[in-house]
Amino acid sequence: MLKTTRQAVLAGAALIAFGFAADAGAQQTVKIGAVYPLSGNSASTGNYAKMAFEMGADIINNGDPELAKIFPLAKGGGLPGLKGAKIQMVIADNQGTPQAGANQTLRLITEEKVAALICCYQSAITVTASAVAEKYGVPFLNAESVAANLTERGFKWFFRTTPVAADFATAYLSFLKEQKAAGKKVDSIAIVHENTEYGNSVSSVISDAFTKGGLSVSMKVPYGANGPDVQPQVLQLKEKNPDVVIFISYTQDAILYAKTMKELNWKPAILIADDGGFNDPAFTKQMGPVTEGLISRSVFAQGKPGSVAAMMDALYKKKTGGDGLDDVSARVLQGFFVVADAINRAGSVEPAKVQAALKATDLKPDQLIAGYDGVKFDDKGQNILASTLVTQLKSSNYVAVWPKARATDPLVLPYKGW
Amino acid sequence: MTLVQVVIGGLLLGAVYALFSSGLTLIWGMMNVVNFAHGDFVMLGMYTGVVVWTALGGGPWASVPMAAILIATLGVISYFFLVRHIMKGPMLAQILGTFGLALFLRYGALYVFGANFKSLPDNLVGHSFVLGGIRFEGSRVLAAAVGLGVTLALHLILTRTAIGSRMLAVSEDATAAQLMGIRPQRMQALAWAMAGAATGIAGALMALFLPISPTAGESLAIVAFVTVSFGGFGSVTGALVAGLLIGVVESLSAYLIGPIYKEVIVYALFVLVLWFRPQGLMGKT
Repeated sequence: MLKTTRQAVLAGAALIAFGFAADAGAQQTVKIGAVYPLSGNSASTGNYAKMAFEMGADIINNGDPELAKIFPLAKGGGLPGLKGAKIQMVIADNQGTPQAGANQTLRLITEEKVAALICCYQSAITVTASAVAEKYGVPFLNAESVAANLTERGFKWFFRTTPVAADFATAYLSFLKEQKAAGKKVDSIAIVHENTEYGNSVSSVISDAFTKGGLSVSMKVPYGANGPDVQPQVLQLKEKNPDVVIFISYTQDAILYAKTMKELNWKPAILIADDGGFNDPAFTKQMGPVTEGLISRSVFAQGKPGSVAAMMDALYKKKTGGDGLDDVSARVLQGFFVVADAINRAGSVEPAKVQAALKATDLKPDQLIAGYDGVKFDDKGQNILASTLVTQLKSSNYVAVWPKARATDPLVLPYKGW
Repeated sequence: MTLVQVVIGGLLLGAVYALFSSGLTLIWGMMNVVNFAHGDFVMLGMYTGVVVWTALGGGPWASVPMAAILIATLGVISYFFLVRHIMKGPMLAQILGTFGLALFLRYGALYVFGANFKSLPDNLVGHSFVLGGIRFEGSRVLAAAVGLGVTLALHLILTRTAIGSRMLAVSEDATAAQLMGIRPQRMQALAWAMAGAATGIAGALMALFLPISPTAGESLAIVAFVTVSFGGFGSVTGALVAGLLIGVVESLSAYLIGPIYKEVIVYALFVLVLWFRPQGLMGKT
């Protein structure tokens, strides 16, 4: 009898001690899971994302005095809403496959017990990984996958901060209409696109949006990617001579188009390159001198000195040893701070409270790294204030030229080229 | 006028196709070996152009001979260490052997040079010029001219010289040739060296106008295989005619019908030709 009592007391003491320890632990660290391509074809992107997460956690845990003046979460000492709990990033490798992405998500939820997930870069992996999170009821934020159907699945735990193809199309539409109002000719528009899923879908979204918005796409030139010669396409353009040309291409074709347009001495008044190969550093570095004034899009522009974006960019350069934030890493870092902000406001790591806090997210542009109009989710989990900046190539660097409120440089038209 | 421009563009493209296919047809015709690493030989020739430019500041006048020597050496090494041995095995061993070599070279290049695209400045050869209202791109004209020259030289060596006769003798019957005092291995190594040199030259010239990446050889190899079987296995002049034909048909169909249809038309033509002439345009039955 005595023995049993002693055992019970011991067990009780152990339980209490364990409970305290667990409680104290919860206050000290908040685990956030991230599942990114650290190996495989997109490993380079994944590793830049990893550095963005590490930098974000470091800002919240250890602070940055300069940034703290304009960015409340940068005061250091962890999350104020959770009595200074520190953030611990648990970053797993999705290996570039939907299967591995789902498995790692499961591991982070069941073994690492993460409070929320940020995942996965590739749309196809986001599909499978978010289904796991939905099943377990863990908040899941996607910062950069643009496939339209991701927010059409009726998920309750899925949130997406990035703009999607339709947002890009809207941005181009408003941009071109503004040019038209300013007296520029935008009557004939040609879309030149590579003919896999990427080029086909983006081109049809753009032409639908343009038709609805009152601009007409008069010419579409689909082509097979990575060929050794693009002269016939450029000659077709030269003959029809459209006012505006929009390219949707990968790097190799982007370089060839730039070279061939110069060789054949033809350029439209407005040349838009929808991100893709035209934003590849290999392109801007080597073709920049012959594509001055090329228009593209990016959610990131360094912004005015002293802004959140500019300061984050400087910190990121320090972290990576020279590479600044770009279109992808800025969206990743933005995703991280949206999650951190929600957990902070929830004051808890309980999934339902974090989910409710995410739903109530309302971030203003001056608090953002990415160039969105804000962050605010609709019922489907899509950020309705996601938008993109229109950028222009200036001395081999993209600078923001539209919308005016966030432009760092004046728009220069017509397209100069070489 | 635009149509003439399209045809000229096609001819220039076709001459380049012929240039980088001549090495493949030589190996194929001489030894009945399909070199799946051919496209990656071209890719290494392209990188030779990049390295000569970035490290030494040299243009094509330096990189072309350098690439010829380097890729010829690579050809001889491949012959002695790989091809000579796998030729004794079944056909499948040859295919997988050179395919393995292709992967080794491709991922070796990925390791050494990285995955990023590189391209050379476009003023190394001089800018494009206008002649009779038609624009000519300097680097493509140079590649096409050298392509014609190299193809003709290979053809003359094979048909008009003693060494060429010996090489052809080995390709017809190695044992009989050996009985006549010809060393088959030496001739075959020579064939790999010549093929390598032509391929290296092709790569170094193509680097002047095409973006360069470790996977550049992949799509080029397919074009080379088509050109060679179109022209006739082992026929250097066949590769030239087929290359020019493919180039012009591609350009015209891309311009007149649409770029996504050009492959359909080229390959339909290819199948038709093989239907009536399975040995290719200029191959022997």
